[in-house]
Amino acid sequence: MPIRKVYENSIEFVQVMDEQGVIDERLGKDLLSDEQITFLYEKMVEYRRLDEIAFTLQRSGRMYTYPQNKGQEAAALGSGFALRKGVDWLVPCYRENGALFLHGLPPELIFLHWMGDERGNAIPAGVNVTPIAIPIGTQMLHATGMAWAFKQRKEDRVVCTYFGDGATSEGDFHEAMNFATTFKVPCIFFCQNNQWAISVPREQQMASETVAQKGFAYGARSIQVDGNDLLAVYKVTLEARERARAGEGPTIIEAVTYRLGDHTTADDARRYRDSEEVAAWAQKDPMIRLRKYLEGKGLWNDAKQQVVEDRAKAFCSEIVKKSEGIAKPDVNDMFDYLYAEMPEELRRQKETLRTHSLGQDPSQAGLRSSAASAR
Amino acid sequence: MPQMTLVQAINNALDTEMARDERVVCLGEDVGLNGGVFRVTEGLQKKYGPDRVIDTPLSESGIMGSSIGLAMAGQRPIPEIQFEGFMGPAYDQLVNHAARFRNRTRGAITVPLTVRVPWGGGIHAPEFHSDSPEAIYVHNPGLKVLCPCTPYDAKGMLLSAIRDPDPVIFFEPKRVYRSFREEVPEGDYTVPIGKAKVVAEGTDVTVISWGAMVFQCLEALDGLPEDLSVELIDLRTIHPLDFDTICESVTKTGRAVIVQEAPKTCSMASELSAILMEKCFLHLQAPVQRVCGFDTVMPYAKLELQYLPDAPRIAEAIKQVVAY
Ligand SMILES: Cc1ncc(C[n+]2csc(CCOP(=O)(O)OP(=O)(O)O)c2C)c(N)n1
Ligand SMILES: [Mg+2]
Repeated sequence: MPIRKVYENSIEFVQVMDEQGVIDERLGKDLLSDEQITFLYEKMVEYRRLDEIAFTLQRSGRMYTYPQNKGQEAAALGSGFALRKGVDWLVPCYRENGALFLHGLPPELIFLHWMGDERGNAIPAGVNVTPIAIPIGTQMLHATGMAWAFKQRKEDRVVCTYFGDGATSEGDFHEAMNFATTFKVPCIFFCQNNQWAISVPREQQMASETVAQKGFAYGARSIQVDGNDLLAVYKVTLEARERARAGEGPTIIEAVTYRLGDHTTADDARRYRDSEEVAAWAQKDPMIRLRKYLEGKGLWNDAKQQVVEDRAKAFCSEIVKKSEGIAKPDVNDMFDYLYAEMPEELRRQKETLRTHSLGQDPSQAGLRSSAASAR
Repeated sequence: MPQMTLVQAINNALDTEMARDERVVCLGEDVGLNGGVFRVTEGLQKKYGPDRVIDTPLSESGIMGSSIGLAMAGQRPIPEIQFEGFMGPAYDQLVNHAARFRNRTRGAITVPLTVRVPWGGGIHAPEFHSDSPEAIYVHNPGLKVLCPCTPYDAKGMLLSAIRDPDPVIFFEPKRVYRSFREEVPEGDYTVPIGKAKVVAEGTDVTVISWGAMVFQCLEALDGLPEDLSVELIDLRTIHPLDFDTICESVTKTGRAVIVQEAPKTCSMASELSAILMEKCFLHLQAPVQRVCGFDTVMPYAKLELQYLPDAPRIAEAIKQVVAY
């Protein structure tokens, strides 16, 4: 047979809870308890409100640029909940705050970061989260290396790295996937495909029909999931985690979701996308879906919602207070964290807050007077 | 004559050249429909179509490397890298390929591209959006490095850059993008590459700067005593350098202060200082001084104004050089 097929594969799309909040009996069986779903719904409300507060802070000049997470909370919370707090590691970009908070990251740190303060990256020991990654795609290789270290040391830890659809165009994504699969490291590649990379829609970003299929090129397990379905996200992340722990290597998860807000507060999405598209996705808001489920089960009502909203309000004002209450950083902070041991010239710059040397360097003053007398 | 901001003048230059030369294509992240994140390419896709003003995938190496190919095959690509902090992935293609083709093929293959890069700090942008890496590209042979800071110069120099037979980096000071307007001719004109501009004439001390720092220098000059005569030079092009203008001035004044945003060590200021030592030694009446960013990572927004040289820091250095 001169021509034969040497490779074939296909991508599965997983949904557990449909848009009406109805759970598939088989897939949803024993996945999450109603208490857990309620807990995650309440977190979703809190974090959504916090996201909205960040936006208003920026608009009133109390925060610099901020990228809203709105609409993508199920992807963040579902995946974060499937990973072991204090054991597994999260290596994020900037649109999965909920996952980071679930793993113990103090929310005021995220606020501080976007207020232009490096202390927002000073993550407390014991919180297994790396700082926000601004240069797109770079963090995936760090995640790969971390997972590799855990494999080398035979530690039972999994790393999950987050990135967007646009990030899969960077070389770093492909290099990370190739390393991770070649060395079979316990790393999960979690793509939040929110359909847009600033103004570029997914179809213009790539010719591949799915993001997930890119994983096949590297021999990764590759799956697509309804990213606005918290249960489905939880399920596929849990499976990926267990595969990684069993030494079966990386999984790439493409969570199909939507960025309901602008790219950041510096962006105006009305310039490049239809309001009908946004309105259609707003109907699929993960928060609406979870609430429908809870209501259908008789577990939720307006009174309970009010309690959660009140709690969210208090939570938000506490975070605002903490992030705004901190004194301005000391100018020395620029110098103090660059090296374990400060080089001499840097110490001089720090002490004088100048880079020119006249007026501070006594040896030059001496030379001047002797030069003058010689003249 | 219309009044334009820096953004408008650059946009107008792109428009002028796209109309004149159909080999010119603009490409980069969000440059098409969205007109670029700073709106520098606003309206161009509408006018010239998506085949000439191209939204690329999110890949700086892709943008730069394929621009090299476009140029090799006879197009005139103008890639945009969204912020200077994202030059990293494009670095290999630019420095190791665009800059070397002419030499390694003994002139058989050339790479006439102009990469536009929003550059520098002072606008409270996030991390990796405020750096000043220009010296790296001067240090690496084969590139021309332009840093105009006024709308008029920017338009004229961009037109020169696009028509230049070699790869050019065109750094655009973000802090100046919308800070003021000036008269800019609508039509075609050029400002030469490699020519500095004497912004203010003087006899006591020469201040050399480029980019957004030129305006901090002007502010410093305003606050100096009336009888202090300061010559201010805007380099406009930092590679190749205008040795004549710099050396003539320092030969006259005998004193020099160099002002830049970038960290001090191994920078353009270092190079300029060495040049003055080599060429003006016998005329110097005081050690050349450098007022620079500190040798630290560019801090986030809360501290950036303490990092960047400002009028008081510049004025202090000028006074000390004069008093020496
Ligand atoms: C290396 C690099 N290039 C460009 C940018 C500018 N930028 C910031 S976010 C973004 C789009 C990212 O899209 P995607 O990966 O889909 O993530 P999303 O923002 O949609 O969550 C771009 C181009 C950057 N931060 N880093
Ligand atoms: Mg995206």
